[in-house]
Amino acid sequence: MLLSLVIFLPVVVAALLLTAPRLNGRVAIGAWVAVSAVDLALIGWMWWRYAADSEPGPAGVVDGIGYEVDLRWIPTVDAGYHIGVDGLSLPLLALTGVLFLACALWSLREPDRPRTYAALFLFLQTASLGTFAALDLILFFVFFDLTIVGMYFVIAGWGHGNAQRSALKFFLYTFIGSLALLIGFIGLFLGSEERTFDMVTLAQNPPLADSPVAGGLVLLAIFIGLAVKTPLFPFHTWLPDAHTDAPAAGSAILAGVLLKLGTYGFVRIAMPILPDAWSRWAMVIVVVGVVSVLWGAFVALAQADVKRMIAYTSVNHMGYVLLGLGAAGLVASADEGARSVATVGAVYQMVSHGLLTGALFLLTGVLWSRGRSYAFDKWGGLARPAPVFAALLGVAAFGSLGLPGFSAFVAEFQILAGALQAAPVATVFAVTGILVTAGLLLLALQRLLTGPTRVPEAKAVMADAEPVPAGSGETAVLDRPLTTGAMRDVSTRELLVVGSLLVLSVLLGLFPRPLLDLIEPAAVAVVQLVAR
Amino acid sequence: MGGMGMDAGGEALALLPELLLLLGAVGGLLLGLWTPQAKQWRVRAFTVLACLASAVAATVALPREAERVFEGVWVVDTTTGVVRITVALGVAVLVLLAGSSLTGHPRETEAYVLMLLGGIGAVALAASADLLLLIAAYLLASVPLYALAGFAKDARGVEAAMKYYLMGAFVGVLMVVGVAALVLADGSTSYIDLAVALPDAPAPLLAVGVLGVLAGVAFKAGAVPVHFWVPDVTAGTTAPMAAYLTTIPKLGAVAAAFRLLAEPFAALPLDVPLMVALIAAASMTLGNLAAFAQTELLRLLAYSSVSQVGYLFMVVAVAARTDLAVPALAVYLVAYAVTNIAAFAAVAALPHARTIAEWAQEAGRSRWLVFSLVVCLLGLVGTPPTAVFVGKLAIFAATWDGGLAWLVVVAAINTVASLFYYLRWIAPAAASGNAGSSAGEITPRASPGTVTVTAQKVAGTPAVVLHVAAVASLVLGLGAGWLLLAFPS
Repeated sequence: MLLSLVIFLPVVVAALLLTAPRLNGRVAIGAWVAVSAVDLALIGWMWWRYAADSEPGPAGVVDGIGYEVDLRWIPTVDAGYHIGVDGLSLPLLALTGVLFLACALWSLREPDRPRTYAALFLFLQTASLGTFAALDLILFFVFFDLTIVGMYFVIAGWGHGNAQRSALKFFLYTFIGSLALLIGFIGLFLGSEERTFDMVTLAQNPPLADSPVAGGLVLLAIFIGLAVKTPLFPFHTWLPDAHTDAPAAGSAILAGVLLKLGTYGFVRIAMPILPDAWSRWAMVIVVVGVVSVLWGAFVALAQADVKRMIAYTSVNHMGYVLLGLGAAGLVASADEGARSVATVGAVYQMVSHGLLTGALFLLTGVLWSRGRSYAFDKWGGLARPAPVFAALLGVAAFGSLGLPGFSAFVAEFQILAGALQAAPVATVFAVTGILVTAGLLLLALQRLLTGPTRVPEAKAVMADAEPVPAGSGETAVLDRPLTTGAMRDVSTRELLVVGSLLVLSVLLGLFPRPLLDLIEPAAVAVVQLVAR
Repeated sequence: MGGMGMDAGGEALALLPELLLLLGAVGGLLLGLWTPQAKQWRVRAFTVLACLASAVAATVALPREAERVFEGVWVVDTTTGVVRITVALGVAVLVLLAGSSLTGHPRETEAYVLMLLGGIGAVALAASADLLLLIAAYLLASVPLYALAGFAKDARGVEAAMKYYLMGAFVGVLMVVGVAALVLADGSTSYIDLAVALPDAPAPLLAVGVLGVLAGVAFKAGAVPVHFWVPDVTAGTTAPMAAYLTTIPKLGAVAAAFRLLAEPFAALPLDVPLMVALIAAASMTLGNLAAFAQTELLRLLAYSSVSQVGYLFMVVAVAARTDLAVPALAVYLVAYAVTNIAAFAAVAALPHARTIAEWAQEAGRSRWLVFSLVVCLLGLVGTPPTAVFVGKLAIFAATWDGGLAWLVVVAAINTVASLFYYLRWIAPAAASGNAGSSAGEITPRASPGTVTVTAQKVAGTPAVVLHVAAVASLVLGLGAGWLLLAFPS
């Protein structure tokens, strides 16, 4: 009941906001902040109760599920309203709560249709929380699809640049993915003995265990569906456009929460329910992961746009998750300990990436709000006029490249350590990906923060100053004398939001135990299920 | 055969829902003759009441065991029951919807009566278990519709009616030839006898028979390759009539095809399911591809309905092969009827908008209209949690279970393709709605109901129908479990 409240509270408030047309925009955003805060508090409470209740350590996936609700919904195909939390879903529920609260605070002064904006994000929050809490394939799919619809309207309605086209591309790509997912789910349903969509039942008695071809094809469908969302090479091409044209809060949610729906699906659905196929194709999955790591890193290196660059580092970071999960499936070539470490690292990486990339995307929002551009060649030397911004960006970038002391280090170290035994060559390649990422993030810092201060100048100002340099769009670059007025530094609100995300990341990097205590038993359960 | 132990009165009682519809048609005609032009709303009210009574009677009869009455020619089972209820409620809603544009029309009564008669034809198609009754039902579901198609008597309407009539007559002949071939093959027209005798009949006769009969039902359903009437007829008439023509006969025709595949054609030496699967694949693909380039709303929805028939024919193909087929058909029929009527109601709500751009422009100020439209169009795509999603899920599962996994893949790809053209309507509508509200010109509105009153251009009844159908689509999607529990399994 509490979990249902957590999931549906945002959408109920969203409906109320929509039906109160005279409501002031500020009040609407205030309601959004309040609801997100209440939701986060409730999730925190659930975490505390869940960790306290199961004394020998919470398991998960098939048993030890907390706050479980199981109601009949579509009886002919045995799809139900089955939700619950365990060590896999709780960290991501908490991440969702944190990021949505951060975006609510970030959007406190949203000038453009704030009421609808708040309602849309609240709707998205319900969809995201529901996906993470779902223990039924159809319920998972319903929420999964609703996140796509919600994000489409966020990008199309509040994006900039070529927003309509990017939104359409996002919708079509991820919709293809979701239909592949649906086909895979139907395959699981028809292949199971009990004819059910219930994840727990399916994981206890995995379908298609004795038909490797059918199992492989169903895994392929599910894999494509989740890979589009994650996104993995070669299904990632929607991501840079969607990110670049989305508003900052939308980008943060897209990268921080929605990408995790894909990777979460691998741990929650693909691995426990298709253990046989997963371990059979584990090497392919490892390779796809490593290719994503390298491809994401090198393509990010070539970007001339800071937001596109961060978008491509997401491909890179999600590649590590797949590397860890694939290595967990290499049952024959690694012991259970190593495979568990890799799985724990993969789940840790999801949380860590959510916090750090969320912070990075919000910081790009600062650039957009000040100068309407993300292009590297239009910004420079920002450390002098905007020292706080520079500090935040620096910390976020160092965190993102996996510096010890940050959550990403804990995550990536565990992934690589766990995967080394099972897939040594792949792991070595993946490590080079870290080097490239480090290089490109440092390069980005250098371009944006050091050197003579440059900020984009509006065309109107440029018109009577000097001819517009060739190749520039609606804004042009002007080398200015070093004045602090050129770039307004981050406001207290912006500092507070981004700062708290970074502080969380540092806390998770320095004191990983509480989160590890939660993830480890569930990850061990997944690894044991895969090894059946 | 069937109906054993029942007297004629009991058998007639099994047809109570149809009798009520007939009463509504005949009574409405008589009432209309003695009612002055200005008070023709009485006829509308009377026919709507008859439809509602019919739906109630059909609902009461639903939980009973399947039975065959009048020597087995008329089946009352889950499928018939669902079609009965959906057709009766659909016709009631469509009569109300049409009322907004027909009020004051010199032939107002005739339109309502024809709509009811066509509804009876659709139910007869669904219930018939005898080839001769099927032909009669085909005619009953066609002739009133020819008149409705050309009701406006303008150039486009006349052309549409002519095209519809000629094609209907041609396919009707094919169907009669098919029936003749099947009768020649086994000497009977009853589905029960056919199911026993047809598997041993000569293959050429069977081929002619199956093709002819299926051509007939495919024509009524608007499936490829006999779909050519759909866009012209839809675009040549008013939105409420177009909704009627693309919803009501389809319900009956798809149910008829389902019964054919489940009973007489279940064990033929020919691969009838494969043929139906190809029709399904062709319908959804061609319907979607043709819809891509349409800018006129009615033509867009016409092609969309062709593609929807493709999804429905998936479950027809596996009618005899899986237990999942009957509930899947039931859910999708209901979901399709609700969502399709809603989409046409959205067009009718802005009677002066013929193209997507015009609609978006005129809808700009009524945000709830746009909101309901988005729910309905995403519903047609099959986005959860709408009714069509549950229907699609059930159909995909049934089709795969029936051994046609490739058709599921084709359908999934087509669903993505369909998203593209529905978004072509959603995107500008949502954009203009946003622009309107950001301009700060929001007039206070308390509920969807008052929108229709305050906004001048928006037609009242269609907007209400749209909102109600959008809500119904969501409720049916979320409450699909209770809906399915109502059927005897």
